Amino acid sequence: MSPKDIATYAKNQWCPGCANFGILNAMKSLLKEMSGVGYPLENIVVVSGIGQHAKIADYLNVNSFYSIHGRTLPAATAIKLANPELRVICFSGDGDSLAEGLDHLIFAAKRNIDLTVVLHDNRVYGLTTGQYTPTSPLGFKGKSTPNGSEEYPMNPLEIMLASGASYIARAYPGRMEHFKRLLKDAIIHKGFSFVDVLQVCVTYNNLYDFYNKRIYEVKDNDPRSFDEALKIIRSWDYNSDAPVAIGKFYEKDLPRFDEMFPGYKPHKVEREAGLKRALENFI
Amino acid sequence: MNDFSVLVGGIAGDGINEAGLTVGRLFNQLGYSIYMYYDYPSLVRGGHNFVIVRASDRKIGVQKDHVDAVLALNQDTVNIHKFRLKDDALVIYDQGKVKLEGLKQITLPLPIEKILKEEGGIPVMRNTCIIGGLCKSLGIDWSVLEQVLKKHIPKKLEENLRTARRGYDAAQKHVEIKRLDQPSLPVLTGNHAIGLGLIKAGLNAYVAYPMTPSSSLLEFMASLAEEFGLKVIHPESEIAVMLMALGFAYAGVKTAVGTSGGGFCLMTEGLSLAGQAELPVVIMMGQRTGPSTGLPTYTAQSDLHFILNAGQGEFPRFVVSPGDANDAYYWSGVAMNMAWKYQVPAFILADKTVCEGLYSLDVDSNGELNEETPPLWNGNGKYDRYKYTDTGVSPLAFPPMKDQVIKADSYAHDEYGITTEDPKITKDLVDKRKLKGISMSKDLDTYETVKVYGEGKTALLCWGSNKGVCIESAEKFEMKAIQVLVLSPFPSKKLKEALKSVERKICVECNSTGQLARLLMQYGIHTDDKILKYDGRPFSLDDLEAELGKVTA
Repeated sequence: MSPKDIATYAKNQWCPGCANFGILNAMKSLLKEMSGVGYPLENIVVVSGIGQHAKIADYLNVNSFYSIHGRTLPAATAIKLANPELRVICFSGDGDSLAEGLDHLIFAAKRNIDLTVVLHDNRVYGLTTGQYTPTSPLGFKGKSTPNGSEEYPMNPLEIMLASGASYIARAYPGRMEHFKRLLKDAIIHKGFSFVDVLQVCVTYNNLYDFYNKRIYEVKDNDPRSFDEALKIIRSWDYNSDAPVAIGKFYEKDLPRFDEMFPGYKPHKVEREAGLKRALENFI
Repeated sequence: MNDFSVLVGGIAGDGINEAGLTVGRLFNQLGYSIYMYYDYPSLVRGGHNFVIVRASDRKIGVQKDHVDAVLALNQDTVNIHKFRLKDDALVIYDQGKVKLEGLKQITLPLPIEKILKEEGGIPVMRNTCIIGGLCKSLGIDWSVLEQVLKKHIPKKLEENLRTARRGYDAAQKHVEIKRLDQPSLPVLTGNHAIGLGLIKAGLNAYVAYPMTPSSSLLEFMASLAEEFGLKVIHPESEIAVMLMALGFAYAGVKTAVGTSGGGFCLMTEGLSLAGQAELPVVIMMGQRTGPSTGLPTYTAQSDLHFILNAGQGEFPRFVVSPGDANDAYYWSGVAMNMAWKYQVPAFILADKTVCEGLYSLDVDSNGELNEETPPLWNGNGKYDRYKYTDTGVSPLAFPPMKDQVIKADSYAHDEYGITTEDPKITKDLVDKRKLKGISMSKDLDTYETVKVYGEGKTALLCWGSNKGVCIESAEKFEMKAIQVLVLSPFPSKKLKEALKSVERKICVECNSTGQLARLLMQYGIHTDDKILKYDGRPFSLDDLEAELGKVTA
């Protein structure tokens, strides 16, 4: 493997037919494409949590921070603040960022930190072999809820809209061209971008058929309209039978957290002088 | 002997802490060494707050039970602290709020309400008025107080000066505080010293969630952010705090976090991540009385083993426990240097006493502190984030690095940073970490990780804030005081050296189980006696001397 290969030597552990391959392949293609136009590979930092989704950090031959469960966003936020020239992409899952790490997801949206969250929303815990998640429907029979879950799912897009996210989209790797365009758009967006990817887990929650019959691409919507976005977002509640919209639902240009910090870094001499002054002030 | 103690008391909201600072600064201007104990309950208004400011011609780190002057802003102060009055003590009080009866000491009532009204002062200036009275009573020239107020009062200076002058004029000299021929040093809290030491060693980011007694460090860093180009962040939780620090470390930013026990509990998973992914981080842990919420504004030394063992799995860590502001400044810088040199978590294990106590700071007392550059990658060939070396330390690189890939991993990983479950690589990784710990240990041999004071067949063993009280009482009882500064890697050899001619070992700690004594046992050092205090308060000099009297009887 040479540094210029986009794939590492790591042996892939995903099940054949897993939609994670769609996400991985889209990313490989996008990273190559964007590397020549302002997104050099060395500036890319992938942050992943824990889950089947997270293995993407091992498979992509780019800078990566393979974090702990639910904790992609705080690490990713700091990486971006450390050097705003870095392009930070978080790969997370519905368990990772809607259960364990929901707090951080909401705050990242609230801060409008310039990074992209690609949520592998397969609505099941794949890595731990089949439990329900915050986006699983009512009555989901999983290993921790054998008699059917007694909770309604949350709508992650609605939560993101309420949290002030400046870019909200839902995508489906089954429509690859649309998927790639959306991912690229989300990455290019200056600010916090959230993409809920309806990623199918073939082994524990095979929804290919369900999605293929209901997915439709939203066109001609005004993504600057909060009300329109809310309407589209609420048109499917992750529980009932309804058409499932994909596309960019909301986009706004807002002040970013990473713009708020001084780029100034004093030299040693200035620092020494500052310390001397500080000490003098305590006499 | 030039040793003078002043107690100032009132309710929360009276500016008692500020008052203590002002008194401390006054004595500092006269060349005295300062120590202040600040006692306050967990509330914002009301209750009873007091400070004991001790000024001495020698360096001190503990307060005495009995005081030479009491500045009483309310009745509680007199009632609660009457027992502290020396026979020749002075009581200056707000005559509108305090009724004194049958005291044999010299008393000075001040009509503070009237003075405030006439000088346009506001209630929080009551303490300035009473300090004016103190100055005249102690024969301290007005110009000294004027200078201190002019330098340190942020607003309404004129009103404060007038109020102070009125208090000054209303008093008469009772005793002359001699001016000493010693320099006036910076007077600050342990938290301030920690902040300055970290900045000296190259800190660029500070992340924290408010929690007593660490909050004032967050406040201090935030106030210095612009001047020193620091990124200071107060995020949603301590979990976010730790993970942000690790993100910063990954990108090459020297970062510290601060918290207390409860907050640190939330950081432990992130700590383990730091250990596995080899991400440098400095953690200021200010102990307070636990368990759980406990006594939020009081002190303890009950988290030593928690800090030594927190985080699942095994990985090396640096733990230092400063005993005063001098230690806090120097060793905070060393902690930052160690964290980056060995890519380990480094703890500054302080407590409320050190964090919020006031000390005179001598920046050079522990030697020169400099920012050290960590081992960086030389740019040749392919970069492996976790390359095996003969020290266990892999050279560092940070994104963006053209044509290179920098991978941090929370899983067991190979040299490139790709996840593995291979048994040989797993073992090699553990050995690499162990080797880092050994390398760090060897490095620390050149530092004074154990400090010995005085001589004697009996040794008082202490860590953290008990440094001052042990040094001073050991002198009186002709004992040796041994301060264990670094708790991890444990300086076993140095400590055994210090204990060579010692026949009796007494551990002095602010916990109920003798945590230092227990740690010593792990290294084959048996303690003969334990003197333990665990009521949320630090030892006063009298407390320890009384216990030593019993133990040596």
